[in-house]
Amino acid sequence: MYAQMVTSEATQDDPEKLAAFQARIDAGEKIEPKEWMPEGYRKTLIRQIGQHAHSEIVGQLPEGNWITRAPTLERKAILLAKVQDEAGHGLYLYCAAETLGVSRDELTEALLAGKMKYSSIFNYPTLTWADIGAVGWLVDGAAIMNQVPLQRTSFGPYSRAMIRICKEESFHQRQGFDIMRKMATGTDAQRHMAQDALNRFWYPSLMMFGPSDKDSVHSAQSMRWKIKMNTNDELRQKFVDQTVPQAEYLGLTVPDPDLRWNAEKGGYDFTEPDWSEFFEVLKGNGPCNAERLAARQKAWDDGAWVRGGLMAHAAKQAAAPVAAE
Amino acid sequence: MSAEWPLWEIFIRGQHGLNHRHVGSLHAPDAEMAMRHARDVYTRRNEGVSIWVVPSAAITASSPSDKGPMFEPSQDKVYRHPSFFDIPDEIGHM
Ligand SMILES: [Fe+2]
Ligand SMILES: [Fe+2]
Repeated sequence: MYAQMVTSEATQDDPEKLAAFQARIDAGEKIEPKEWMPEGYRKTLIRQIGQHAHSEIVGQLPEGNWITRAPTLERKAILLAKVQDEAGHGLYLYCAAETLGVSRDELTEALLAGKMKYSSIFNYPTLTWADIGAVGWLVDGAAIMNQVPLQRTSFGPYSRAMIRICKEESFHQRQGFDIMRKMATGTDAQRHMAQDALNRFWYPSLMMFGPSDKDSVHSAQSMRWKIKMNTNDELRQKFVDQTVPQAEYLGLTVPDPDLRWNAEKGGYDFTEPDWSEFFEVLKGNGPCNAERLAARQKAWDDGAWVRGGLMAHAAKQAAAPVAAE
Repeated sequence: MSAEWPLWEIFIRGQHGLNHRHVGSLHAPDAEMAMRHARDVYTRRNEGVSIWVVPSAAITASSPSDKGPMFEPSQDKVYRHPSFFDIPDEIGHM
């Protein structure tokens, strides 16, 4: 997902306090920033929300790649609005993380130093216009699978950020599907591009949910704390079940020869992605890791004088009336 | 200059006649920029007709540990609610 393989932090708090905290969560209460919380809860959330925020920001890069080359002015305006939304999602999430006692600049610096991650999916290139369709349809589609249940997460600021984000996401998925539909019903060359985009984005989209975590202690702890609402396998299955009929509607073929409906379980059987590829991408060896981080580093460095200059201006303005007296 | 832009709390009046409501926060160097950012971050889909921006540092919040003494005293004053009083049926609406 946008936050993949977040390991939960060990907690060494007073067992009585821990039990009372767990009881609040079990009762469906929201935890607010200034209230007592276990150190492990705080640290795991900073890592998870931070990673989610970084993904929203880095996720602008593959789509931003096509803004100047969108096929029509309308598509360009739509894509611009979509990418602008993602910037907003990043900001909502950084603010949620900041309520836990970390600053936005610290989070950005941790990302640039390679100490924090973003979703593996954004390390794949967007080679054709159809990829922009595939990203909206599949990548935002997978993100929605994960974000809808997270609206009920136990941490108040995270839950509220998710509610805002979910309101905006279905536009993202629909605009992507709309691009795919146009391409899939277009010329042979366009249909070919649409199929090629699906071929390349299918398995990386399945990887977004992370490897199976049914036996992971970290996931179990996060689920008890309602930081994580479903297992990775549950969400992946849901995503496949939702997406396969949509691909059929488009007349496209999901690149999985072993994909078939399993009436007994009421879902599709499908091939797992290549997890060794996933781990390589997480390690920094995906097709675009270096390019993405370099773009973030450049934006951070090139923006330094603007951030500093505006602060200096604000300080000068604040001092001005006093100096005039 | 490495000082991080300060945090601002954003309040938006969704429609004429309603109160401003807290919608979130953002970073900005000063009030003017906070206003511009608030417009871009929080009103991309007609969410508001008016914006307030307030430096987060200017807000004094009640402390979670005072929740009991602050709010419990009102719980046993049920007579503050109109439903506490029986009004005879003959009287009708009051
Ligand atoms: Fe997003
Ligand atoms: Fe999105």
